Amino acid sequence: MNSQAVSGFPTIRTVGLTGMIVTFADALDEASNRATLSFRQRLEELDWAGVLETSTSLASVYIRFDPHDLDHARLAARLKEQVEARDWYREPLPPGRRFWRVPTVYGTDLAPQLPEAADAAGLTEAQAIECLGSSRVRVLTIGFAPGQPYLGQLGPEWDLPRQTELTPMVPRGALVLAIRQFVLFSSSTPTGWRHVGQTGFMLFRPEAETPFALRAGDELQFEPVSRTDFLKLREDDAIMGGATCEEISA
Amino acid sequence: MSGVKVLKIGPAASVQDLGRPGLLDQGVPRGGAADPLALAEGAALLQQDPGFAALEMAGMGGSFEATGALRIALTGAPMSATLDGAALIWNASYRIEAGQRLEIGPARRGVYGYLHLGGGIDVPSVLGARATHLAAGLGKATVAGDVLVAGQDSGAETGLTLPVQDRFQGGDVRIVESFQSELFSPDVRARFAETAFRRGTRANRMGVEMLSDSEGFAADGQLNILSEIIVPGDVQMTGDGKPFVLLREAQTTGGYPRIGTVLPCDLPKVAQAQAGAPFRFRWVSLEDGLRLQAKHEKDLRALPGACRPLLRDPGAIQDLLSYQLISGAVSATADPFGTGEVK
Repeated sequence: MNSQAVSGFPTIRTVGLTGMIVTFADALDEASNRATLSFRQRLEELDWAGVLETSTSLASVYIRFDPHDLDHARLAARLKEQVEARDWYREPLPPGRRFWRVPTVYGTDLAPQLPEAADAAGLTEAQAIECLGSSRVRVLTIGFAPGQPYLGQLGPEWDLPRQTELTPMVPRGALVLAIRQFVLFSSSTPTGWRHVGQTGFMLFRPEAETPFALRAGDELQFEPVSRTDFLKLREDDAIMGGATCEEISA
Repeated sequence: MSGVKVLKIGPAASVQDLGRPGLLDQGVPRGGAADPLALAEGAALLQQDPGFAALEMAGMGGSFEATGALRIALTGAPMSATLDGAALIWNASYRIEAGQRLEIGPARRGVYGYLHLGGGIDVPSVLGARATHLAAGLGKATVAGDVLVAGQDSGAETGLTLPVQDRFQGGDVRIVESFQSELFSPDVRARFAETAFRRGTRANRMGVEMLSDSEGFAADGQLNILSEIIVPGDVQMTGDGKPFVLLREAQTTGGYPRIGTVLPCDLPKVAQAQAGAPFRFRWVSLEDGLRLQAKHEKDLRALPGACRPLLRDPGAIQDLLSYQLISGAVSATADPFGTGEVK
């Protein structure tokens, strides 16, 4: 079984006093992230008494539980049974995902690090925009700040290291890049990733009926628009910045 | 509605409750009171719901004026307190009248003091909680001019006090192994428990730095691990192997390896320590950790019944001088909540 499994994975380990973690790989790859998303979906469907919440990181599923209702040995045994029930690395992505098209201005004063990122990837700016703007990326995980996605995977040419110096501040909606991933910032923040694009997409609105725009597993494409068009989109639509979304059919 | 008007306040005061569990999949940490035990104590003193919000004051208190008759309780880091100039006892509940002035001074020991109102503080609930989480844009810091409105108060009990666990000067904290402990060699894990630490100056609601004279506690292959779930109590080693104990407002995932997890019941001791307070970490088995935590939770449930009447008139106390009304003062120069951000 588990023909595509990374050697020694999946593992089941305890987290602190009241958690467990199922890990599918020790490095990011598409199959492990897909396994992570499907496995979490399965746990949500099973809805075991005593499980308080589940969440995913790039290649792990975390389970927080109440040890009075579900003891460690029993949960570990149940998780083992589920892990062995399928080849998770070959499972399809879970249903209910969305595809978002997000108008994005690349470069200009609004995203000043496109030139150096293109250069580091060995591309011209035009090639870089063409490449990044046509990449359809997945929400690999949400974290670091509320509603903020890690997106990937980009092609190997984008395996750029993080900067050693932090950029003091990039604005909300900034699209930044490093290690074959994008992060789309949900609030203004310092960062060591390169600021290559700017969007007007608000990911986290605590007072709204739907506070979080994205879910892990959603897909996004950052479609290039001119600086002028971007500013108009953002003025017309202060919340979405012109982003649209459709269901991904199973 | 009754409440208190904030006339003066320290720079790091905010409304807190038990936080927002259940939003890890969206990157929102639980947050809430840095010392949840203090919330439970305040609720016991007012014989009310421990989920009610209170004002958390870091290092410094403030001046308040009652806008109507209401009940209050004072818990957490002991601070000097007076009502219209008359000394109040910490860890106690009182009834105050409209126009009365409550003065709360700096922390004598510990960091986070709490002012509870009967009925709780009724700020809007956002994402299921009233807890302020500034980095996430949830709620706002409490500043002078604010009025903290009390919720509907169905209780009447005041004049209660209760014995509290001294968690304001560091000490031993118990730690269990977690999923990344094996990234650290057995030698490093053993040395971690043998080392005398002291709280560093970098500390906030997200985490607390621990300093020692020992060399760093580096993991094997420290630099190349994937970001993974963080739980409150995790002891994270930064690149140079310096430990930070992460608290309830820490980010939900992180790429620095963690040697273990401090028991939730010992975490208030970490949050409440002033800079320089001594610490030792004691490894306990998962079974012992669960047993210790279960006992703590049982003690919490017993708090309302542990309250006893307060002797309110100091003049009536024969042995007044034996009461610790002003002792326990520590260095006035210690920075109670530090300056640095946890990286």
